[in-house]
Amino acid sequence: MTRFSIFSLAANALGGHKSWGPTWRDAAPRAAYDVIIVGGGGHGLATAYYLAKVHGITNIAVLERGWIGGGNAGRNTTIIRSNYGLEGNTAFYEWSMKLWEGLEQDLNYNTMVSQRGVLNLYHSDGQRDAYARRGNAMRLNGIDAELLDQAGVRRLAPFLNYDHARFPIQGGLLQRRGGTARHDAVVWGYARAASNRGVDIIQNCEVTGMIRAPNGAVVGVETTRGTIKAAKVGLAVAGSSSRLAAMAGLRLPIESHALQAFVSEGLKPIIPGVITFGAGHFYISQSDKGGLVFGGDIDGYNSYASRGNLPVVEDVCEGGMALMPMIGRARLLRSWGGVCDMTMDGSPIIDRTPIQGLYLNGGWCYGGFKATPASGWCFAHLLAQDTPHETAAAYRLDRFANGRMIDEKGQGAQANLH
Amino acid sequence: MRLPCPFCGDRDAQEFVYRGDAAPARPPSGPDHEASMFDYVYSRDNLAGLMREHWYHAQGCRNWITVTRDTRTHEIFEATLAKDAAASEPKP
Repeated sequence: MTRFSIFSLAANALGGHKSWGPTWRDAAPRAAYDVIIVGGGGHGLATAYYLAKVHGITNIAVLERGWIGGGNAGRNTTIIRSNYGLEGNTAFYEWSMKLWEGLEQDLNYNTMVSQRGVLNLYHSDGQRDAYARRGNAMRLNGIDAELLDQAGVRRLAPFLNYDHARFPIQGGLLQRRGGTARHDAVVWGYARAASNRGVDIIQNCEVTGMIRAPNGAVVGVETTRGTIKAAKVGLAVAGSSSRLAAMAGLRLPIESHALQAFVSEGLKPIIPGVITFGAGHFYISQSDKGGLVFGGDIDGYNSYASRGNLPVVEDVCEGGMALMPMIGRARLLRSWGGVCDMTMDGSPIIDRTPIQGLYLNGGWCYGGFKATPASGWCFAHLLAQDTPHETAAAYRLDRFANGRMIDEKGQGAQANLH
Repeated sequence: MRLPCPFCGDRDAQEFVYRGDAAPARPPSGPDHEASMFDYVYSRDNLAGLMREHWYHAQGCRNWITVTRDTRTHEIFEATLAKDAAASEPKP
């Protein structure tokens, strides 16, 4: 594949951009691999890439039901951050942030990582104290965090509704290294880099069943493109984890819920970074194309429909109007929904399953995108070494049975189970 | 989405509180109570397709209703009062 550089860009520009080849190799399935990764989203492709790069395992197939990046990797709101306060989360998300910071050089692909800052607003004394505590926990873990008072927030975002009668803005917790990345480019970048190292990326290949050995171990998968064998099968299919696990007779602590996102018409630059409302569930950033990208809560009932319902549209827009009335005249361009794995404590799972040969990466709830690099890194480690990576050691499947939940925000499927 | 409450008729889903899958039943205490309670509280079938689930009509008649819904399309097939089903079950 062409190595991207200023020279390759210039040469192709002079040639009228007629000689660019495909970015990655669209493979046909072979009969057997060392590792099968089910799910050609960001997490699955990142897993394949790090398996090849870090662990030297290149006989890998990534199976994708539709086209790569067509699921939640293409439906998220592209925010990257590591502003977590609980042990088990801080080191993992910071590792992800460090990988984001070097991702473009590593992949030789422009993933448009933009560290424009993530600002979480607080609206009460209690919330300020909670944010101060979270910021301190971050700084103790070597992560940047700044607690801003109202004047500090005004300097960054003078357009907010500071004197809202119910939820006046008192200040915010700012992570300057947070920001956004281009979600599709992340998928394509990982696909290209994995493909370059010999990984087979197989699209339009839906897994329909698991092949079991007499001892119960998973030794391959049945697909719409035939039977494929492998010593290890890793699931990276958040949204459909329960469906795939059920093929192996496994029940998970996961519910599937629809989460919506929205984008407005393109506007001139007005929102400097990512801003989250602390008194409701609303967060917003502005894409490089100018659209305001925002989102809020899950719809609130089990759903495998990749679309949302109107009450949440109303709720999100109310949050936006309470926070920044200036966007009230902007027209909504599109809204869409993705199906999310909601775990019971709101934290992900990267672990072996009780079934030999079957590994699970799922349960990403509201926030899988920011975790893409570290999720791939840690899942690759698990698949190669059979032991959890140290930064993901808390994301165990059995933590609900032994009481080691990670209830960072209390945002599982329902808020009463942890 | 609208839910056909057997008492009130078709009502907006916003009037209801969602509880989830109607299938799990609280396990009786026994030697394996810890494992069965874990299963009851945390594990899910998470069906893609027809699912019986409990909704509470909080801003209406305040009945618990059992709704049969397709989780892929939100099509509603049946809604009955949960207390009718409970009354017909044998008492432990």
